[in-house]
Order: sequence, then structure tokens, then C-alpha cells
Amino acid sequence: MAKVYSDATSALAGLLKDDMVIMAGGFGLCGIPSLLIKAIRDSGVKNLTIISNNAGIDGEGLGLLLETRQVKKMISSYVGENKTFAQQYLAGELEIEFNPQGTLAERIRAGGAGIPAFYTKTGVGTLIAQGKDEREFNGEKYVMETGLLADLAVVHAWKGDTEGNLVYRKSARNFNPMMATAGKVTVAQVEHLVECGTIDPDHIITPGIFVQRIIHAAGLEKKIEQRTVRQRA
Amino acid sequence: MAWTREEMAARAAKELRDGYYVNLGIGIPTLVSNYIPDGMTVQLQSENGMLGMGPFPFEGDEDPDLINAGKQTITELPTTSYFSSADSFAMIRGGHIDLSILGAMQVAENGDLANWMIPGKMVKGMGGAMDLVAGVKKVVVLMEHVAKEEKKLLKRCTLPLTGAGVVNMVITDLGVFTVGKDGMTAIEIAPHVTREEISAKTEASLRFADNLVQH
Repeated sequence: MAKVYSDATSALAGLLKDDMVIMAGGFGLCGIPSLLIKAIRDSGVKNLTIISNNAGIDGEGLGLLLETRQVKKMISSYVGENKTFAQQYLAGELEIEFNPQGTLAERIRAGGAGIPAFYTKTGVGTLIAQGKDEREFNGEKYVMETGLLADLAVVHAWKGDTEGNLVYRKSARNFNPMMATAGKVTVAQVEHLVECGTIDPDHIITPGIFVQRIIHAAGLEKKIEQRTVRQRA
Repeated sequence: MAWTREEMAARAAKELRDGYYVNLGIGIPTLVSNYIPDGMTVQLQSENGMLGMGPFPFEGDEDPDLINAGKQTITELPTTSYFSSADSFAMIRGGHIDLSILGAMQVAENGDLANWMIPGKMVKGMGGAMDLVAGVKKVVVLMEHVAKEEKKLLKRCTLPLTGAGVVNMVITDLGVFTVGKDGMTAIEIAPHVTREEISAKTEASLRFADNLVQH
């Protein structure tokens, strides 16, 4: 079955519907599936629940879906960079479920690995633990967190082959590998699309079994959120 | 005279040990990386998925795929490794990171920490802070002693907690305080700062160590 699609819109054809749950990879604007997010916006699908560490910034990343009010709820760990988010949240138009970043990462990993719940010490004794099962192991308290799955996962990788095997680059890996495992359907955008056999099998991070559709994001413009530099001596 | 931000960072750097893996929070904690003693090997962890964080890049060398947890452009080192967010928090939650230095709004004498949420104000989220304080072996808070006259070292935190009983040490512009089973103890005082000033600016029950160092 051919996994390669010509562009983001055709790769998402038949997958989008109102009220669905979508996972989107990335940390800040680093390693976000930007072309797939734009295609989701252009489809007009609405009432989305989005699972993503952040909410993009105004005009970039998931910020695009907030501007068009296509998002009903975000499950995130930090949303500080987005003014549109703050306005809609304070107006009661947007729900947010905050998860500690490591708990979010592990919930996604667990979901994709067929683990319905796990215990963590993160958040014990805080608001995060309220209403959740608590248990003691070896004299320490832990709180139960559930695995997360999505109808669709959209991820970004540096290199991918036609089988859907993916390799990430530097800190653009972040949430992408776990999300690829936790989508009923996973669509990947890759900066370099290569033939099978080109990538050393020992270097593959996400095996192709987790990726159903793939597009080539040629000449992708990647944004920098906080440009920080030092002076040359 | 109270310590400056730079002096606070320099004092915090004295908690580093050779071979440590360390996570530094945003703000004053980031400055600690400028005071790693020569000859000491310390690997900085960035919770978005990097170990062995280098300095900011030279202008023109910025890489959008290479950022720290504050979303700032950084560089890699010969020791650098990259990994997923799940692996990153396995390091943190699993107790593999030796030291976390982070900011706070409030610290209580029982080690409770509040630094992520003020009810009624826009909540940005806790990011990785809850995981860090729950999982890292030693947690050092680096913060101003008071904020606009509001005391920050308290008997009990009034803000929602980031972690319960998690803080081991607090370094402020006025001194250094350990937090243990027997409460909060001042072990060092900044130059020209008096015990009276510290007591007046602290709500927590505070003991002054017998071997207190007056800088």
C-alpha cells in the first residue's frame, strides 16, 4: 500500500471530521507538522480536541487553528506564548487541560503502547492529583494517569522513507515519536523523502508500522521563536 | 548588601559537583551555567530532549531544530545526545538527574513549592516543573527573598503547589537556607544583611545554623 501522498491536503483526505481528537508533535515551533496543521485549518474541520505540548504562537503552528476557532479543547503543558489562546480562554471559549510535561509525554507513550494507565509521583499533593486514584509503592505515594490516544496524529520528521520509517533531527524530535505511535492514523511530513534502504536501519527512530501516510515537505521554512546569540570574540 | 542576580547564580553554582547532570530553569537559574568552575564536568539537560547543552550560537549559526526548554536557540557539544520527550522525562522522573535549580513564587518550611499558578490570573501551565521537582535528586530554588513586599518563604504556601515537600535548598538575595525534616535553617547570610532583616522578611519558622556563615 502506497504511503506517500503528493501534499498535505491529499494526505489528510477522508481523515478529518468535526469533534475529533488530534495529536500534533513539536515543542514550541520546533519540530511542528506545520504543513499538516495548515491543511487542517484549510479543511474547516471544527470542535477539535488538540493534544500538543504547546499551542503555537499567534500566526504560527497551532495558533492558526485558534485564530479560526476550530479548537474546542487543548491538552497541553504550557501555552504561555499565545495571546489568541489567552483571549479565548478568558472569554470561556476554549477549554484547557494542563498536564505536567512528563506526564503528557508518558500518557502518549502509554497510549501508543497499549497501556491504559500508569502511576507517577509527578503531581502528588497538587491540584493535578485531585480526583485521581492514588497508591503507595515502597512507601511513596503515586498518582494514576491514563494513556492517551488520538483519532489522528500529525508529526514532523527530518527524513523519512517510502515505508514510513522516520529519523528526527536534534531537538525537533520531542513529542513526535510518541505521537506517531498513539494515532489511529498517523500522517508524517518529512523534510527529506528517500527510497527504502537509504536510511541505515540502525538509525531509524520511528519504524514505519506507526506511520500510515507521509508527505515530502520540500524547502520547508522553519521558524525560530526566541533567537538568542552570543558575540564573536 | 543583598546579593545581585549574578551573585545568586554564582552561589548556586557552588552546589554543582563534578560529573553532575543538571537541569536549569528559566530566569536566574539559567545564569548558573556561567559559573561552572573550570575543570568541572557538568552536563546540562534540557527537558525538550537534549543532554549536553552548549552556549548560545554565534549570529548566523542559529538552527531552528536546536532549542532549549525556553525555546531559545542553543548549540551542541561533543557530549550531546538527543532523545524524545518520553526519554527526557524518564531521566527526570526516574531520578537520573542530580540537581534541578529553578525559580519559585513561594516555598514553605515543609519543602512545599508553588511556582506555576496564581488563581484568577491567566494560567500558562506548569511545563516540566512538576516532573522535575518530583523526580530530581536535589531541588534548589533560586529566587528573590521577597516580591514587592510579599513574603515568599512561608509556613504554608497559599498558591497551588507544584510539588509537596520537594525543596532541599533555597538561595535568595539575602542568604542560603536548607529545608529538611526539622524545617528551614539559614546557613549563610549575604554581606551586610542582618538576622533581623531576614527574620522580618520571612514568615516560615527559621532557625539560624550554629555554624552560620556571614559573608
